Amino acid sequence: MSFQAAGYSLTPALPELVLTVSAMVLLMLGAFRGEKITGLVTALAVAMLVVTGLVVLWLPAGKLTTFGGSFIVDDFARFLKVLALTGSAVALILSRGFLEEPSRRIFEYAILIMLSTVGMMILISAADLITLYLGLELMSLALYVVASSHRDDAKSTEAGLKYFVLGALSSGMLLYGASLIYGFTGTVSFAGIAAAAKEPTTGLVFGLVFLLAGLCFKISAVPFHMWTPDVYEGAPTPVTAFFASAPKVAALAVFTRVALTAFPGITSQWQQIVVFVAIASMVLGSFAAIGQKNIKRLMAYSSIGHMGFALVGLAAGTQEGAQGVLVYIAIYVAMTLGTFSVILAMKRNGQPVETISDFAGLSRTNPLLAFFLAMLLFSLAGIPPLAGFFAKFYVFLAAIKAGLFTLAVIGVVASVIGAFYYLTIIKVMYFDEPKGAVDPVRTELRTVLAVAGGFNMLFFIYPAPLITAATAAAKSLF
Amino acid sequence: MDGILQSYLPLVVFVGVAAIIGVVLLIAPFIVAYQQPDPEKLSAYECGFNAFDDARMKFDVRFYLVAILFIIFDLEVAFLFPWAVAFGKLGATGFWSMMVFLGVLTVGFAYEWKKGALEWD
Repeated sequence: MSFQAAGYSLTPALPELVLTVSAMVLLMLGAFRGEKITGLVTALAVAMLVVTGLVVLWLPAGKLTTFGGSFIVDDFARFLKVLALTGSAVALILSRGFLEEPSRRIFEYAILIMLSTVGMMILISAADLITLYLGLELMSLALYVVASSHRDDAKSTEAGLKYFVLGALSSGMLLYGASLIYGFTGTVSFAGIAAAAKEPTTGLVFGLVFLLAGLCFKISAVPFHMWTPDVYEGAPTPVTAFFASAPKVAALAVFTRVALTAFPGITSQWQQIVVFVAIASMVLGSFAAIGQKNIKRLMAYSSIGHMGFALVGLAAGTQEGAQGVLVYIAIYVAMTLGTFSVILAMKRNGQPVETISDFAGLSRTNPLLAFFLAMLLFSLAGIPPLAGFFAKFYVFLAAIKAGLFTLAVIGVVASVIGAFYYLTIIKVMYFDEPKGAVDPVRTELRTVLAVAGGFNMLFFIYPAPLITAATAAAKSLF
Repeated sequence: MDGILQSYLPLVVFVGVAAIIGVVLLIAPFIVAYQQPDPEKLSAYECGFNAFDDARMKFDVRFYLVAILFIIFDLEVAFLFPWAVAFGKLGATGFWSMMVFLGVLTVGFAYEWKKGALEWD
């Protein structure tokens, strides 16, 4: 029995292999050279994430499967893998300033992010429940450690511990759901489940609910969002930027793939759950953010709300809906990373400032920074012609075409309420008295801000590449 | 659908009986036991001499580290045994899969050694 013939070709998993091997090589480099090499390890990690992205694009076209059909590479996986790799690479670039301080020269940081990214890629390519769990745990275990990487700080440790305990709970729920689904369908592969799950039996729906609850935890959708504000606030800011981008991409990807490819026979069952979760996330994200004083907590509620908007597309359950989800998550990553580059740039006398009142008068002390942040916040609020408007447009359009009018209307109302707290920050920046100058902004933060801000402002001129890629990716699921 | 739930009835009865026995055993001592406490009865038991200090003491975190490192190699052995038993039938694929696994484990081992996790002081 040859290795290739049995459906165990290694080519489809080549990007994951490249990233894993390079993570181990860098780990050895760091272990033998010590902490002084942190900058080099981080730079090489960014380079390897880029190389892995190129390998993803280099893979032969079409649908590739391996490991007995449990690992799948289609256009959907390619699109999201490139997005997750970009998110991780940019998050690593954003953490350069954080890692340069002598007390925080931890080379393991970059390696943990690489390993977490490997988990995300496995998650995106998962075609059965076991691969799904494997990817999810690989991603999460690295995230728990990264959350508490500032280990002398009580808040950071608390964030890591809280994330770990609640993450373990969600994994338990997910596993319980997965075992019920396996018990009632007799298979773990998504295609097999789809063939077996034609009727919504009690056991199957039970399993589905638990599986989706576990996944909701990972994308921090209401009612499984409790950990998000504390973890976002407690973790070091570059880590928060990472949490808000790449892991969300992977978790939303697997959510979409599970719902659309494993349970197409009982769409009406999961649709109810997704509609409820979407409405609850959008509404809570909009209302709870209003009272926040800390910008990182505010971004946590903002991310909860945005996951709700992305799920509106999934609730439609159509190809257009899936395309809406993909466009949404791509634009969301760009907006979030841009906003976090501004939050990281907000320093006075070398000390990071995190409350919203610290942004007072930024338009006079650093007009360019204030302008870019204002544009990103307008985009997050969904104001045309910025990218965030198109993201919302596509998901709402898909929901209306699928007949989910109530959901679309509640979504638009929530988006209007949400605009209030984004506008509050802009008001503080432009109309309040300055609180003193901010430190000069580091080059890499400026670069990320320019690219993300430029993408947001100029997306409407030439949206075709992203839309075409998302259409092809969504088509490969159906 | 009812048939499936019905077949779980014995399980529900079993859980109920277990819960009742458990609660009864917890409550019974309050009702039937003699209660004549004295300092000797209430203090922690140590063979033959008085207790030195409180039973809740600080515990060196290094013990946890050793325990965690132990688990990794424990699992490695648990993984190697079935592999070794079936080795004749696994062929080249099986051999190289295990070599890759051991390689990854060695990388982790080299890391913990260089980091000084194996030194007590």
